Amino acid sequence: MAISFDELNHLQLDVLKEIGNIGAGNAVTSLAKMLDKRVDMAVPKANILGFDKVTQILGGEEMLVVGILLNVTGDITGSMMFTMDIHAARQLVNILFGNKVSTSLEFDELELSALKEIGNILTASYLSALAGLTNLKILPSVPELAIDMAGAILSVPAIEFGKIGDSVLYIETEFSEGITKVFGDFLLIPDVDSYEVLLKALGVIE
Amino acid sequence: MDIDVVKVGMADLNSALHPCMITTLGLGSCVGVALYDPKTKISGLAHVMLPSSEQAKNNSNIAKFADTAIVKLVDDMVKLGAKRERIVAKLAGGAQMFVFNGGSDLMRIGYRNVVASKEKLAELNIPIISEDTGGNYGRTIELYSDDGRLMIKTIGFGIKQI
Repeated sequence: MAISFDELNHLQLDVLKEIGNIGAGNAVTSLAKMLDKRVDMAVPKANILGFDKVTQILGGEEMLVVGILLNVTGDITGSMMFTMDIHAARQLVNILFGNKVSTSLEFDELELSALKEIGNILTASYLSALAGLTNLKILPSVPELAIDMAGAILSVPAIEFGKIGDSVLYIETEFSEGITKVFGDFLLIPDVDSYEVLLKALGVIE
Repeated sequence: MDIDVVKVGMADLNSALHPCMITTLGLGSCVGVALYDPKTKISGLAHVMLPSSEQAKNNSNIAKFADTAIVKLVDDMVKLGAKRERIVAKLAGGAQMFVFNGGSDLMRIGYRNVVASKEKLAELNIPIISEDTGGNYGRTIELYSDDGRLMIKTIGFGIKQI
């Protein structure tokens, strides 16, 4: 059976939002370890939104963003995306390389692999929190990275969601290291049949 | 001359009378199908997300699928006064934004959107006069009704006109 967001009740939505919050919290903790710095996180905002609204939040379809995408296999299948504004990506890379001062929106090979690793750690810890909560086996693939217009990057998860409905589960996180604020967004994209597995494992549907 | 600027969102379509410019921003794996009647200069643009409404679990939004969106767009243009036999097409988009080993369905969707759009256009006897599809980058496209040119803007791959 395919479940679309339009058919979920409030309880089910709240549960999905809550696992999003826990996943994002776990991800930020991992980031703090990686940076060996204290990272504060605002309470993530989890929402079910139409595609057009998601690109608006990212600053419009043509806003330059970094997208990190990986495939998920195991008891649930699908994909997961983490996006951040290009300026946020630059700030993260600067922190990671020991408070380097650069405002360049171009990244060299080393910086790109660092960004990919940040994406890897954030998404993997998000998914491991989800696996822990549900007792499901969730195996992430190696992530891939793309830097392009928000609309183009988001078309990939939007198409997956598009098969079952017109909205996405979207989690906006805001974290900061010292005075540097970084925004990032998680999109969890289970395949059509995996919502049911997920909701069953969480005990919200029979 | 003042022209109407018409925006087309994701899984959306729109048509307009001359003079107009119809645009859709940040096309990735989706395909922009631009239709134009050179005589009346009536223009239309669809931002197609998926190849076929027949395989979809939820196909209530007909603008989302190549097969249903193109039919609807042609009908809308005919209602505005365009002649079916004169309509020509230009295609853009259908990129593969992420490169994965193995190439799952998710990864080939851009290509499949292009193929499905071409099949539907062929079925309707609408000639494709130019295209800029594939690649691994996003595109913003603008269709101008004065001569039917399609401007394609990218980040890092320049601007072109087809």
